[in-house]
Amino acid sequence: MSAGLDITDVSATAGGESILNGVTMRALPGSLTGLIGPNGAGKSTLLRATLGLVPTTSGTITFVGNDLPAMPRRNRARVAAFVEQIGANEAQLTAREVVMLGRIPFQSVWQAEPSPEDEQIVTEAIAAVDMSGFEHRQYNTMSGGEQQRLQIARALAQQPRLLLLDEPTNHLDVHAQLTALNLLRTRAQSGATVLLALHDLNLAAAFCDALVVLHQGRVVAQGAPQDVLTPALLRTVYNVDATLVSHPTSGRPMIAYNLPA
Amino acid sequence: MTSAAASKRPRLITLSVALGLLLAGSIIFAVTFGPADIAPLEVWQTIAHHLGLIADSPVGRLRNAIIWELRLPRVLVAAGVGAGLALCGAVMQALTRNPLADPYLLGLSSGASLGAVAFLLAGAALYMPIGAFLGAAGAMLLTLLVTRLLGGATPSRAILAGIAISSLAAAATSFLIFWSATGDSYREILSWLMGSLSGSVWSDAGIVIVATLFVGLPVLLSGRSLDAFVFGDAAAATLGVDVARLRWLLLAATALLTGVLVSIGGAIGFVGLIVPHIVRLVTGSRHRLLLPISMLVGASFMIWTDTAARSLFAPRELPVGIITALIGAPIFLLVLLRYRRAT
Repeated sequence: MSAGLDITDVSATAGGESILNGVTMRALPGSLTGLIGPNGAGKSTLLRATLGLVPTTSGTITFVGNDLPAMPRRNRARVAAFVEQIGANEAQLTAREVVMLGRIPFQSVWQAEPSPEDEQIVTEAIAAVDMSGFEHRQYNTMSGGEQQRLQIARALAQQPRLLLLDEPTNHLDVHAQLTALNLLRTRAQSGATVLLALHDLNLAAAFCDALVVLHQGRVVAQGAPQDVLTPALLRTVYNVDATLVSHPTSGRPMIAYNLPA
Repeated sequence: MTSAAASKRPRLITLSVALGLLLAGSIIFAVTFGPADIAPLEVWQTIAHHLGLIADSPVGRLRNAIIWELRLPRVLVAAGVGAGLALCGAVMQALTRNPLADPYLLGLSSGASLGAVAFLLAGAALYMPIGAFLGAAGAMLLTLLVTRLLGGATPSRAILAGIAISSLAAAATSFLIFWSATGDSYREILSWLMGSLSGSVWSDAGIVIVATLFVGLPVLLSGRSLDAFVFGDAAAATLGVDVARLRWLLLAATALLTGVLVSIGGAIGFVGLIVPHIVRLVTGSRHRLLLPISMLVGASFMIWTDTAARSLFAPRELPVGIITALIGAPIFLLVLLRYRRAT
């Protein structure tokens, strides 16, 4: 039994088309695992299948030995949180009320108001994404970046041991991207298993402890960024010509794209 | 810390007590409206006497009958219908994530009318609520289906689908009436179709209030799960909500309640749309607050629109649906414009 997320030989189809094809991968507690691959590689489907949101045709998905898609919803919501890409929203909720949604799996039907513990956890989650002081602003008047940070805070309020995120840095400016990823890395370091789909390969290389590369529904590589990211892989998977260099201070791999002359 | 966090929104208890008092006052004062002059105190004395709170009422037999048999049942029916329609509207708006959802606009009311008229003309007047429920449920399923055929659930598509289904049900209803109704029943059915609470008796009040509470209580308890829908089905599922089960249960509950309400009061439009929107300005979108407060506001709102309907042009009476439409249609446009700007 593993201590983290184990996905074994998982396949999924949508509309008769194969989306995932025998995916086997692992995400360990204490580390930030990046899921990379071009559009349509199956990243979102894999994240959703992990939470039982889309059916799989074969394979197993377990977290700390528990069959995750088969878990009772409420129990799963207390273990795993998901931040997906979210469009415009008309809800008349304050920032704090949005983050408080993360406490739903912990609240009883008969409970009229959030408990002091709920309030405390929500306050901390808002502080963690650097949004204290914005708690009473209306969510629908906020920028895309602010909304994204609140969605992350909402997931943190679930106090998840498994955190899944689909492109959490979309809509964020550079500073906010670094802050968000740094926050997720801190969460991982405090023992959570964090798996996130990322588009930006340099961010993935700079922050993730492990990378899983999806291509046409299959895992084509996984491991430490410096082992996974090679010019050959970038050419096959992304169809780009690139040179790998080392970051001058961290030593992490950086991708320099070679543009056609 | 806790109190500071909650201070921005009024609390459920404070609001419920204030609006509960408003509702009680509305019931008593609405009863005083009518051809015979009756004082609020007399209304109170009559009610207290019938509830066994005071042994002897100083109110005379005739006035007692006017208050207790004639006016009070109608005011209570209005309260129940208003609370029920507001609840249905708020629930449908959350489930379909459509700010314009309302039992009337999505075709449920017309479907319920068709079902009720069909049962009435078939000689099963006693089972009219069942016919209305079947009609409402059928219309709702058709509207959802047509919305999907139009390419997915956007508010304007759902409204278009609702209008289509509404028109179809209305045409079928007219045809049924034309085919089989005669003289008096024709006039009666027409007035009821436009939404009218005239002629309400105690059994109507009983049915409406029992149905509203019976459907309302479980729905109120699912308020927090409705909150989870705000960012879509996937988000709700990852917050532990059984999305499919809750959606079907609540849609069935709204169809059932709409059916009962329409079988008693006819198709009264826009209440389910306006009330939750006004309440949301104060309570925000949290359903634990929004649903019960909408019910209380809807009850008082309906009492006063119905009082206006029977008093404005007394002794002639307007169908109350005309008044709610007069207030509701402009608000519908405002909501539509605001939604258009936001997307």
